[in-house]
Amino acid sequence: MEIPEVLEIKNVVKENWKTKTFFFYKNIEAEPGQFVMVWIPRLDEKPFAVTFTNPFGITVTKIGPFSTTLHQMYEGQKLGIRGPYGHGFELKGEKICILSGGYGIIPLSFLVERALSKNHEVTAIVGAKTKDDLFFLDRLKKAKLIITTDDGSAGMKGFATDALKGQLEKETYDCVYTCGPEIMMKRVFEICENAGVECQVSLERYMKCGIGVCGQCCVDDLTVCKDGPVFNSEQLRKLTEFGVFNRDGTGSKIYF
Amino acid sequence: MASLEVKIAGLKLRNPTILAAGILGISKKVLERVARSGAGAVTTKSITVKPRKGHNNPIFIQTTKESFLNAVGYSNPGLEAAKKEFENLNDFPVPVIGSLVATDAEEYAYLTENVREIGFKAIEIVLSCPHTPGFGVLAGHSTPETTKEITSAVRKKTKLPLFVKVSPNVMDLGKIVKAAERAGADGITAVNTLGPGMAIDIETGKPVLDFKVGGLSGPALRPIAIRCVYDIYESVRIPIIGVGGITTGKDAIEMMMAGATAVGIGTGIYYRGIDVFKKVCDEMTEFLESHGYSSLDEIIGIAHRD
Repeated sequence: MEIPEVLEIKNVVKENWKTKTFFFYKNIEAEPGQFVMVWIPRLDEKPFAVTFTNPFGITVTKIGPFSTTLHQMYEGQKLGIRGPYGHGFELKGEKICILSGGYGIIPLSFLVERALSKNHEVTAIVGAKTKDDLFFLDRLKKAKLIITTDDGSAGMKGFATDALKGQLEKETYDCVYTCGPEIMMKRVFEICENAGVECQVSLERYMKCGIGVCGQCCVDDLTVCKDGPVFNSEQLRKLTEFGVFNRDGTGSKIYF
Repeated sequence: MASLEVKIAGLKLRNPTILAAGILGISKKVLERVARSGAGAVTTKSITVKPRKGHNNPIFIQTTKESFLNAVGYSNPGLEAAKKEFENLNDFPVPVIGSLVATDAEEYAYLTENVREIGFKAIEIVLSCPHTPGFGVLAGHSTPETTKEITSAVRKKTKLPLFVKVSPNVMDLGKIVKAAERAGADGITAVNTLGPGMAIDIETGKPVLDFKVGGLSGPALRPIAIRCVYDIYESVRIPIIGVGGITTGKDAIEMMMAGATAVGIGTGIYYRGIDVFKKVCDEMTEFLESHGYSSLDEIIGIAHRD
């Protein structure tokens, strides 16, 4: 049934200065890259990537009014959850690379854990503005970890996409997985196309129904909520809106 | 092979399935996908003069296996954006119906005049939304008098086939559709969602839809829609697009036997995917052939014969 199930918050973990993980009294089955709709009664309902399944947990960065309200919630309080929804990441081959920009680490850390549990060899390129923005590094311990920061406060100073170019020159990957700002993901896709490497990206759009009916989250003729949020190279090649514009709650175009 | 081709209000459709208003129709590209998925015609999301965000989420929830409630609130980027989004419809593979909503007759006339350049093949005016203040039922548009006033105003501004979308929850449906017909409508779209209804989450004690109430759609609506179409068929001579709970070819056949010339599909996309249109058409063909019918004309309205 496509209606929120109200779950009690089991505990809340602070991940960085503006990010918290909320765990619930429930285990779920989900693929990395899938999302749930989180309902705060009488306020709104928004999509968040699944980050943990056993117990179920979502990780939320404080950005707008909804996430700010979420951040004020604590154990014992209740939230409505629908899902998991959408088409997640598909693990390919044996050796993979993930590239995270900023809060893209939220779904990608789950992917890395899943890939490692299936004995994939994983390189994780994690880009952040500064050292204080990094989190979930403990989930990436068994991966080959490359950190980049804009200010050089951790890892290499520079862009994650440059680190990816370097890696693709010396290593061969079966697939590159990315999540982060869309302009960055577009660049990752271009780099992969030039290198002839398969790529999967997780797109974000203003979402309403979450189940492929209302059309609000369409990118070209695909629904991000049902056909996505993860799209592969073959799909991305056909998209004219990827990296070009988003739509707001009215459906008006907002150019990147 | 039995033909599914139908003619409705001057439009020739390759098959009678039409994407209902408000579902998916945010862009020309996604409408093209619906056409590729087999629809005989497609309807845009309803267009208003100004951009509207609509209601906050949740806007679309399931209440039983066979019913959904929605209160989208006419989310759309407005007239000016629609003109750009839907330009160059000349090469579009199937007719595109422009759905318009406005707060009064004057605004409806303004919208109709201003969507002329878009190239829609028909106009649908929605006088029947159950959940958006200022529009439809909540603005008193679902009476014979206002139906006549708004339909006349729109009729003066367009030569395109004009459909009036009506509500299932009115006592004087016959009078409303007669008023629409007399005011120059070329067809009736029946029905909009039922209600409004409400769902309350019992853990929190709060209504689930952010707007609290919403219109009911899905298979549970079908018997009501069938009855409405049956009644409308008895009341007017103009053709009917039957909408409400259609997910299978058999549902569509039933709707046409009640008197519909074409059928709208919306929530059916949830149950069977975007290619529900092709599935419904294949099932209709199978029915016609196994029952010895050669065209849909032979079944439209047969429930009215003694």
